[in-house]
Amino acid sequence: MKKPGEILFGPVFKENPIAAQVLGICSALAVTTSLQKTFTMCLAVIFVLAGSNAAISAIRKWIPGSIRMIIEMTIIASFVIIVDQFLKAYAYGLSKELSVFVGLIITNCIIMGRAEAFAIKNPVNPSLLDGIGNGLGYSVVLLTIGFFRELLGSGTLFGFSVLPESYVPNGMMVLAPGAFFLIGLFIWGLRTVFPDQVEDE
Amino acid sequence: MKQTVGVALAVCAACSIMVSTAAVALKPIQEKNRILDRKKNILVAAGVMDSGDKLSSDEVDARYAQIEGIVIDVETGETVLDDEGAPLDPDSIDWKEVAADPKQSVELSSGRDTARIRRRANIRPVYLLRSEAGQIERVILPVRGKGLWSTMRGFLALEGDLNSIGCLTFYEHGETPGLGGEIDNEKWKKQWTTKLAFDEKGSPAIGVAKGAAKNDDPHSVDGLSGATLTSDGVTHLVRFWLGKDGYGAYLNVLRAEASSNEE
Repeated sequence: MKKPGEILFGPVFKENPIAAQVLGICSALAVTTSLQKTFTMCLAVIFVLAGSNAAISAIRKWIPGSIRMIIEMTIIASFVIIVDQFLKAYAYGLSKELSVFVGLIITNCIIMGRAEAFAIKNPVNPSLLDGIGNGLGYSVVLLTIGFFRELLGSGTLFGFSVLPESYVPNGMMVLAPGAFFLIGLFIWGLRTVFPDQVEDE
Repeated sequence: MKQTVGVALAVCAACSIMVSTAAVALKPIQEKNRILDRKKNILVAAGVMDSGDKLSSDEVDARYAQIEGIVIDVETGETVLDDEGAPLDPDSIDWKEVAADPKQSVELSSGRDTARIRRRANIRPVYLLRSEAGQIERVILPVRGKGLWSTMRGFLALEGDLNSIGCLTFYEHGETPGLGGEIDNEKWKKQWTTKLAFDEKGSPAIGVAKGAAKNDDPHSVDGLSGATLTSDGVTHLVRFWLGKDGYGAYLNVLRAEASSNEE
């Protein structure tokens, strides 16, 4: 059995869901053009991951194997709809910008992946920590990418201008390829530090 | 088997209670946001607010006070008055309901229904921005029409000459983000400004080009790459609402008023 600290912080760097497991990169492309959007998305994902992991783990002994995934999906979808409703009520502008990507958290592989790989066979507390930890791991990558994309693509951070007027924004950073390059660099950096993440040929 | 059905039912019940509680409890706040957003869009269309401006709801209301909302009869173009002879307030009317009511709307035959909205209400809201002298500076026309996936709702603003486009903005649509969703792109929206809505004969000519618009063409803006059907939808909806089934009659009334004032 792993220690709580390992469960929580392991997924941040060592077993990062995006970098090491290469899960959930679709949303990493779409919502990282500005930090504000990225930050909101990260909070939403952490909430959904923690909530669904805890809920699935709480009822894991009663879930029949034959409808296991459908039950997981139902729970995940409910959490996502709740997040979406809250965003529409308290952050209307952001929820409009994030548009379909909040709803698409349902199909984010990290969430289903953690439910199947962890929550279904572990008690509630570790599952909750695992959810938060993986959410944090997802957030670290997204915020890093968002930081560079907004800085280089628009010359701003959280909407505030930080680079001098003379800086010409790099339009590619705002487009999807910019995110691909950055994720690639991030994974390269991480695998240089943790060589055991490199797959065998 | 029994357990399977039992667990499925219990999970569904618990989830639906959570989801519906959240939806019902947050509805009033969401509705407020929606109305505020609509007002902001009218202000942007009127040119008294930049779309990037962050205004509190009080500031929005303060600026919104200078916008004059009226209701017009689509057939005659006349302003609709209430029982006491005052112009109707368009914000007090549920427009989706009016458009669906067979008594207050007409069904458009497929040839006429270029914007693909099926039914059009007999009365429509119009928002006006006047100068201090009372002259019309902008006419803001609520428009809607089908794109690729969704009905796009927005505002088309004409300048006081009733020909130059002031602005086109959408506040609700479900087009593909990154493709058709680029109708929200500020750079693309800017192209509409100063384009001319009507040709020399007075029929609606404004539209979205396929590919890049010709430099000297005052009636077209660049097409959105990867979004031909959304672009066509925008062209159709703009022309529909400027035409005789849309605000054509009302614009004629305004033109007649303007020329009689000059004489």
